[in-house]
Amino acid sequence: MAAKDYANTRFSGLKEITTDNVASLKPAWTFSTGVLRGHEGAPLVVGATMYVVTPYPNNLYALDLTQPGAPAKWVYKPKPLTASQGVACCDTVNRGAAYADGKIFYNTLDNHTVAVDAQTGTEVWNTKVGDIAVGETLTMAPIVVKGKVILGNSGGEMGIRGRVTALDATTGAVAWRAFHTGPDADVLIGPNFKPFYPSDRGTDLGVSSWPADMWRTGGASAWGWISYDPELDLIFYGTANPGPWNPDLRPGDNKWSCTVFARRPDTGEAVWAYQYNPHDLYDHDSVNEHMVLDLMFKGQMRKLLVHPERNGHMYVFDRQTGEVLSAEPFAFVNSSTGVDLKTGRPVMVTEKKPITGRVVRDICPAAPGAKDWQPTSYSPQTGLLYIPHQDLCQDVEALDVGYIAGTPYVGANVKMYAGPSGQRGQVQAWDIVNGKQVWKIQENFPVWSGTVVTAGDVLFYGTMEGWFKAVNAKTGAPLWQFKTGSGIIGQPITYKGPDGKQYVAVFSGVGGWAGAIVAGNLDSRDPTAALGFVNAMSDLPQHTTKGGTLHVFALP
Amino acid sequence: MRSGFAFALCLILSLTACEREKRELSPQPTRSEAGLATDFVAGAGALQPSGNPAELNAPALSEGKTLFATYNCTGCHANGGGGMGPALMDDEWIYGYYPDQIFRTILEGRPNGMPAFRGRIPDYQVWSIAGYVRSMSGLVRKDAAPGRDDHLSGKKPESSTDKMQPSNSAAPTVP
Repeated sequence: MAAKDYANTRFSGLKEITTDNVASLKPAWTFSTGVLRGHEGAPLVVGATMYVVTPYPNNLYALDLTQPGAPAKWVYKPKPLTASQGVACCDTVNRGAAYADGKIFYNTLDNHTVAVDAQTGTEVWNTKVGDIAVGETLTMAPIVVKGKVILGNSGGEMGIRGRVTALDATTGAVAWRAFHTGPDADVLIGPNFKPFYPSDRGTDLGVSSWPADMWRTGGASAWGWISYDPELDLIFYGTANPGPWNPDLRPGDNKWSCTVFARRPDTGEAVWAYQYNPHDLYDHDSVNEHMVLDLMFKGQMRKLLVHPERNGHMYVFDRQTGEVLSAEPFAFVNSSTGVDLKTGRPVMVTEKKPITGRVVRDICPAAPGAKDWQPTSYSPQTGLLYIPHQDLCQDVEALDVGYIAGTPYVGANVKMYAGPSGQRGQVQAWDIVNGKQVWKIQENFPVWSGTVVTAGDVLFYGTMEGWFKAVNAKTGAPLWQFKTGSGIIGQPITYKGPDGKQYVAVFSGVGGWAGAIVAGNLDSRDPTAALGFVNAMSDLPQHTTKGGTLHVFALP
Repeated sequence: MRSGFAFALCLILSLTACEREKRELSPQPTRSEAGLATDFVAGAGALQPSGNPAELNAPALSEGKTLFATYNCTGCHANGGGGMGPALMDDEWIYGYYPDQIFRTILEGRPNGMPAFRGRIPDYQVWSIAGYVRSMSGLVRKDAAPGRDDHLSGKKPESSTDKMQPSNSAAPTVP
């Protein structure tokens, strides 16, 4: 799976590459994907084959790792609808595939989940799970749990109705479907639903916490990461922002947007939920990774769920109950003063609340949050989290907006800019137990790539200028870097090749929301372009150009 | 019995064959000077763009600007800089910059994701929006283009926008 393991640690036990020898890392081979849009994906290595899913048109390549230069064995082309490109909010990305039982599973932009025979490249099944006509797309990497392929939709900016779907891995038939707005029966909330906090308890909150019928177009998609704890038999994932962005138009908590759900993988039944951002004000999706970790926490061995949230706080839960044990800010935040651990609710700063027709300035973090989708890694050797993220603030003018199916449902003019550090990106090592930063590296642009950390104590990440970097996981000291052809926003991985050597692989290919100015040729004279992100990235075209290439490195 | 079956088969074939073989003896001439997606025209002579009266009319362009937000055009194209959809204030035009080309783009959509608005927006409003779209890159008269913006300070108002001569087109100079 894209996130390496069910716990979403992105930790590799390989240690051929170490802090001592990484300086001599060299390119082993490269592969052009033939696609110019943002490459947020993760290559997937199964046995002696590497599987690569491109951004739209979502071609799947099987590369033979036993041969010099890893030639393609086959390519599977799902041919998604071209019009799907027009409803993808933040570039036509794909975040990767999953493998189980001889099949590769992944999602296409036009809402198909496909199963492809890993040996032959023939399609085993193809299930349509959504509709671009109402603004839905699929961008996330599915996971496979107990014979079910579990995936969530994208389209929180299009007034879709968010949901997670589980498909039978053998047949592709829908096993269950859980909506994130609407009546409890649709949300799969039943008698066994026991949220920890009173404000998440009640009947049909997915209806009553919205103005009449707005839950039908309320967003709350699930385009991020799904993790799984086999012992508790629970999957964990977060839901996205409510629609429209303008909060004045949707009084109420807007459940179950910006919420983490714990569900049974067999039935989808919700066991607990916690809403991070009731009545979300800033497009703070809660789809970031939920890492399943067992750690000594405040003197006790605990079953934890750790989540770096877009709102700037590092949430540590007891994953059995949904109780928030700690929520420390890991970045500069002025839109809230913290999280009230008694009620579970964030304490919002009134002056920073968007108001229709008025410009509210200097809101930190901005809409992409202190950290967006780009995944964190965790090393059990150092006990640290490695968070790639951004430091951006924004001005917002909330606006009236009407719902038109298939068009954006946003209602805001946004203008982002660098936060107080003056640097737009950061990688930081975070000590979960003590709730504090251990080291940090500043980057000029948002660090929109994931991180991967190894047993050799080497941490890898990429920058939007195109540098692929290795640093010492203990200290953050730079050890090695290589300039790729385009900005890096992909998820690095490391694997052992059929020859027994350790390799490191990453996509280069700028784009995504942060890189839309380059991938989409946007015009920076309009600061509100790309939902306001362009204002913060107006100099990116001087630092990188488009182009999708997979880079693979090894020691000589 | 067998001949009866053959007869029936012949009858069915001849009936369906009629439809298949039907030809228009004098096909209606088609005439379309509007909405070509390219300026590259077979045969000699340049294409003459048709005008859009709304472009000369300040209230219509101002209305176009309001409608551009009302119909969620801003959701994809922002205030001209683009996002999910391409930028409209620059000098690159994928489907043409003539008023009737833009009119057709809005009405019929485009295959890479521009939705069709045919039957959803009255024609006169489409013309207003098409005029406003051209004003974003300074292709309309400055004394008609919207002169102020009541929103978050963003780009310059259209009346102060420098003309961006369409670059990826061999068409005649914009008047």
